[in-house]
Amino acid sequence: MMASSYNAKDEDGHITVTGPGGGAVLRSKKPENTAFKQQRLPAWQPILTAGTVLPAFFIIGLLFIPIGIGLFVTSNNIKEFEIDYTGADTSSPCFNCSQNFSWNSTSPCTCTVPFYLEQPYESNVYVYYGLSNFYQNHRRYVKSRDDSQLNGNLKSLREPSKECEPYAYHNNKPIAPCGAIANSMFNDTLELFYNDPNGTSVKILLGTTGIAWWTDKHVKFGNPGGVDSNLSAVFQGAGGCWSLALSNAYKRDSTRSSSSDRLSVSGTTKPLNWRRPVYELDSDQSNNGFVNEDFIVWMRTAALPTFRKLYRIIGKSSQMVPTLPRGNYTLEVVYNYPVRSFEGRKRMILSTISWMGGKNPFLGIAYITVGSVCFFLGVVLLVIHHKCGNRNNGAEISN
Amino acid sequence: MLRRRLNRLLGGDERRVDSRTIYVGHRSSSPGEPIIKFCDNRIVSSKYTVWNFLPKNLFEQFRRIANFYFLIIFLVQVIVDTPTSPVTSGLPLFFVITVTAIKQGYEDWLRHKADNEVNKYPVTVLEQGERTRKDSEKIKVGDVVEVEEDETFPCDLILLQSSRDDGTCYVTTASLDGESNHKTHYTVSDTEKDLETLNATIECEQPQPDLYKFVGRMHIYKNDQEPVVRSLGPENLLLKGATLKNTQRIYGVALYTGMETKMALNYQGKSQKRSAVEKSINAFLLVYLCILVSKALVCTILKYVWQSRPGQDEPWYNEKTQRDKETNLYLKMFTDFLSFMVLFNFIIPVSMYVTVEMQKFLGSFFITWDKDFFDPEIKEGALVNTSDLNEELGQVEYVFTDKTGTLTQNNMEFIECCIDGFQYKYRDASSELDGFCVADGPVNKVQEKAGRAKEELFLRALCLCHTVQVKEPTEQGPVDGLMDQVDAGVPHPPQEQRGFIASSPDEVALVKGAMRYGFTFLGLESRNMKILNRNNDVEMYELLHVLTFDPVRRRMSVIVRSNSGDTLLFCKGADSSIFPRVRQEEVERIRMHVERNATEGYRTLCVAYKYLSAEEFAQADAGLMEARLALQNREEKLLAVYNQVETDMSLIGATAVEDRLQEEAAETMEALQGAGIKVWVLTGDKMETAKSTCYACRLFQRSTELLELTVRTLEDGGRKREERLHELLLEYHKKAVQDAPPLKGGITRTWSSETQDYGFIIDGATLSMVLNSSSESNSSRYKSLFLQICQNCTSVLCCRMAPLQKAQIVKMVKNSKGNPITLSIGDGANDVSMILEAHVGIGIKGKEGRQAVRNSDYAIPKLKHLKKLLLAHGHLYYVRIAHLVQYFFYKNLCFILPQFLYQFFCGYSQQPLYDAAYLTMYNICFTSMPILAYSLLEQHICIEVLLDNAALYREIAKNGMLRWRPFLYWTLLGVFHGLLFFFGVRYLFSNPALQDNGQVFGNWSYGTIVFTILVFTVTLKLALDTRHWTWINHFVIWGSLLFYVFFSFFWGGIIWPFLKQQRLYFVFANMLSSVSAWLVIILLILLSLLPEILLVVFRKPRGPNSRQTAAVTPLSYKHLKAGQ
Repeated sequence: MMASSYNAKDEDGHITVTGPGGGAVLRSKKPENTAFKQQRLPAWQPILTAGTVLPAFFIIGLLFIPIGIGLFVTSNNIKEFEIDYTGADTSSPCFNCSQNFSWNSTSPCTCTVPFYLEQPYESNVYVYYGLSNFYQNHRRYVKSRDDSQLNGNLKSLREPSKECEPYAYHNNKPIAPCGAIANSMFNDTLELFYNDPNGTSVKILLGTTGIAWWTDKHVKFGNPGGVDSNLSAVFQGAGGCWSLALSNAYKRDSTRSSSSDRLSVSGTTKPLNWRRPVYELDSDQSNNGFVNEDFIVWMRTAALPTFRKLYRIIGKSSQMVPTLPRGNYTLEVVYNYPVRSFEGRKRMILSTISWMGGKNPFLGIAYITVGSVCFFLGVVLLVIHHKCGNRNNGAEISN
Repeated sequence: MLRRRLNRLLGGDERRVDSRTIYVGHRSSSPGEPIIKFCDNRIVSSKYTVWNFLPKNLFEQFRRIANFYFLIIFLVQVIVDTPTSPVTSGLPLFFVITVTAIKQGYEDWLRHKADNEVNKYPVTVLEQGERTRKDSEKIKVGDVVEVEEDETFPCDLILLQSSRDDGTCYVTTASLDGESNHKTHYTVSDTEKDLETLNATIECEQPQPDLYKFVGRMHIYKNDQEPVVRSLGPENLLLKGATLKNTQRIYGVALYTGMETKMALNYQGKSQKRSAVEKSINAFLLVYLCILVSKALVCTILKYVWQSRPGQDEPWYNEKTQRDKETNLYLKMFTDFLSFMVLFNFIIPVSMYVTVEMQKFLGSFFITWDKDFFDPEIKEGALVNTSDLNEELGQVEYVFTDKTGTLTQNNMEFIECCIDGFQYKYRDASSELDGFCVADGPVNKVQEKAGRAKEELFLRALCLCHTVQVKEPTEQGPVDGLMDQVDAGVPHPPQEQRGFIASSPDEVALVKGAMRYGFTFLGLESRNMKILNRNNDVEMYELLHVLTFDPVRRRMSVIVRSNSGDTLLFCKGADSSIFPRVRQEEVERIRMHVERNATEGYRTLCVAYKYLSAEEFAQADAGLMEARLALQNREEKLLAVYNQVETDMSLIGATAVEDRLQEEAAETMEALQGAGIKVWVLTGDKMETAKSTCYACRLFQRSTELLELTVRTLEDGGRKREERLHELLLEYHKKAVQDAPPLKGGITRTWSSETQDYGFIIDGATLSMVLNSSSESNSSRYKSLFLQICQNCTSVLCCRMAPLQKAQIVKMVKNSKGNPITLSIGDGANDVSMILEAHVGIGIKGKEGRQAVRNSDYAIPKLKHLKKLLLAHGHLYYVRIAHLVQYFFYKNLCFILPQFLYQFFCGYSQQPLYDAAYLTMYNICFTSMPILAYSLLEQHICIEVLLDNAALYREIAKNGMLRWRPFLYWTLLGVFHGLLFFFGVRYLFSNPALQDNGQVFGNWSYGTIVFTILVFTVTLKLALDTRHWTWINHFVIWGSLLFYVFFSFFWGGIIWPFLKQQRLYFVFANMLSSVSAWLVIILLILLSLLPEILLVVFRKPRGPNSRQTAAVTPLSYKHLKAGQ
């Protein structure tokens, strides 16, 4: 189409009045003899033949099988313990809690789940909580957040994005943090106790930091008003210079707002399902508000409906004793998070970590399989090649 | 029947308004008569104005189905709450539309400029006896216009007065039909010298586009005398666009103006030819559209099934908004469906259309750039008139070629003549061995075999019976005519230098031939033909009438009066048209020579003459005059008079002119046949000549059995032609079709075949019998029999064809079973119809003007260039575009399939797997350049090999790479890759703790890993298919991958203030910090490409003729091979 119209233009040239001399201008002169125009650019012309591919197969096989074995062994060496504390059966210790769940109950329901570790966990142990049939990747859910608010933008704090609906306002107060993701933050409290053989129960120290991506904690998420502001003041908007400055800044750039009534209401409110406001998530100021790591971890939406999220890290205390010795343990759960309504499951996972991450035999098996298939094919090809080679030698050489 | 009657009715209608009356200089004879308004002299070739550009252009663009589809998708995204923002599809669409609009706007601006230049050109008009200057666009019909030398005519004019004494003017129509010779036009005789007092009306036909046809009549009113009537023909009409030459100034009256001029009427867009590839694309598109709709349907249904389970539709953590809850269920279902459509719409990418068009546009430059197509003689290379058909060049199954000027050089050389049954052969002095001729210097003393009188009569006939002009010497040009010198009795200039101009090269050859024997044509001066005879005396003949040549009569005559007062008619023409019109006893002696010459491949003409008595002449003269004045049916009337005059002649002799074969004509034809292409020669020439050309071109081999279906064979049996035709058709059908062993592969002709080759010969008369048989049932039966015979013959020769019959044949083959791709190649105006009719029309920049070139899709200087055009360029273009199309569908299928599969894991919520930036950029930036470079540069087999092994052309015959089987292969490959990408990563994500610090990955990491694998795999897949790695390929392929990596870092490295969500913040960097992600990426890329590599290797030793093809068979063919 392009060239045809291009030439239509050329033909139009016929209409134009040519000057004296008859306009005998040659339209095309001798084509340039360049390699590109003559399609003679020097080129590498690889041709895949059995001869060139065979070594590749063997190399792939020889590379992949050891890698696969390495991966498989590594994965197998990772110790992982998983316990389901949903309380779906009557026999399970959390059954009562799960049955009697109510959003309004003021007294938290607690249940204890005993378990036994058959092997000692030598290195750092990572505590995960796992949820099943929980669609964190549902579109309505994924988009229900306001990254600008989470980044500490004051304007967004006051007027959360529309994407947060229906979790944007409550009682005409903006919700901080807004959105479905934040609203449904996992709020069970898990505590581990080691039951010493001598009868005492030792609480295991759970590290709360280092569980979220560094960049998330330090760049993507930020508290409004800077690092060392008074969080409760900012979120509550109670008097003080902050709220004044806020509303001034806000008035300046937004007069179009239809929600002038919201303006008058100072402060934000906590998400509906939260028991504590966001500025009370942690006593440590560097882990409080929007930069609370539990919160950040939750805000990274999972890829699949069955997922696990990092909850705590049990640091290795000394070289001599294992982090978690073999023995009896108790998991103490403050049961706040209902999953029975959508037939979900809750798990607690203890796992060590290797260079490849958590326990996952898939990669190892896949590598071993692919490697062996390649190797096998290499052998088959070699045989075929060798047998039929006599016939095809000429062709092979001419390649 | 009904239609015929209807046509007649309509025809009658047309006839009523079939003429217009023009008052020269607006001087009406009867003042009361209303003056009819004609259109003004403005040329409008532009399509838009400033005001209607935007709406009209947008309308035109959205009429294209693809653009419309994308507009709909965009609107859906704007209106409905969809998973991806409208920007993702709006931006590319906007880009495409804008670029096209700018391009078209620019082109239209150029047209406006050109229009203005023409319309505002100052011209001189005689008004009330005064010369006034005005803009060309202001000329009205009836104005008397003055045109000076080297100016172009501003409108169609009737020549009234010329500054030359003899009332002629010379014109070149180079810009109309490309013929650069000077053509003579005549003033209307008897128009007064004083134009101011001229009172005349012109009656002429309504404007019609045929450049060479015009009929009109001029009434000249002299003071109170009977009006004089003069006939007007094309020789009086000066066409707009032609240029005045060799004449100082002319005056003419404007006849047709503006858009009614013949040039404007001819300026019409050719009908768009669509390539077979485009049809395949549309078919594939339909399949993908079905896939798209069914995907969306499946997802919508499953969504509602899934939601019906308790607790899934609206769990406590994910409540709907108020508006969502209130929406009607069915409306919601519908918007969900639309949302899914939008989510998966990337499966049909806008960019494919852009890339395909870019590929065609840029790719066609390689044809114009090819220096092998450059012809040093005419100093021109190939010309591409349309780039839409590049790939069609690789699909040709039938080549229809003209003979004269295409297979042969149209460079005529007089070889010999035969006078009264004796053969005269002109040779150079060295060849005295030949018993026939005695060389005597440059002028051959013809052996006195025929009487001297006969000889001279024959040579005079050759000198007189033609329409050749002597080229006039130009002031600065080389002296080649030298008329004055001859007149002054100065010795001859070297005769070979004398320049002759004629519409047909045969005539020049004959005149030159006569010159060698001592009779030189000196030129035409005021209707007197001057001849220099052997004794260097100038003989004068008054030219009374020229009975022009036409392809129906196949002869031409002149009536001249000699000095002695004898009126003579000389006639020359094809044997078949002369023999019945001469005395039979003379025929036999000459027929032998004619036939012998014809079988040697010479073009033969017979020459006859007759004395006209005074009465005979008066009768003929009156008849001719009357016929020429007729406004209607002039052609037929003239024909009748001609036939009447050209009877009872005596045959003097015959000539033989050699038309040399084009360079490498035989090699080219052989290569085409080797490529499985069937070559049909369609010529207007006689059978014997054409047959010998076919033998010379190796279209017919010695072993070829010829099946003849000509008038001669039909008359053999002595029975009715119809019966004989029936019989012969059946016989040939039995021979060629039924008894022939079934060919493998359908169309291929193997080199070492033991089967008999057949050649088929048919002539025009028989063809029209076959096509227009008396009974309807027979007609279709004959047609199919004829086609079947032809399809089983290696070559077919159709001789004695009228131009329209050529087109008929092309059309018949084109519409036959399987719709084979046809190519017509020709150089003359008589080939235009078949060039336009065939799928691909190729014009040869030959000697017969530029009409074929202008109407062609591609133009090449010589026939030999056809070989490279088809075997190398066509083959490569086809492979390139086919691969481009298949690859595009493939890469978008494996792009969107994971997104579809992800719906099963996200509650059918239309959650996109990839980030919006990736969705938008995938087709625009990450994967577009490598395939574009591939589709421009790929040479899976290098050009030399393609040219040497014509058989390679067959591998892609019948749209081999775009049929359903390869399409299925690519689709399955896409599905396989899509499944692999998605599930590979899904199993990896069964434990999302992939980092060595125990941190977990989320859904965007999932999408990014899949996308990374995807980009690398599809790019490397292309790299595997690339057989020809130039630095551009390297640059583009590795550059694209690098660009992807850098872009991802960049995109994820900054908190973008304009984005609502920072989804990808550091996702890519974190992914790269995970060893597992690396391992899975490498594994999946390798696993995806493994089957590719395997197929190559496994296929290799299997092929029956791997020995020959192993070296050249490319990767891209494997699916073909695998299928066989």
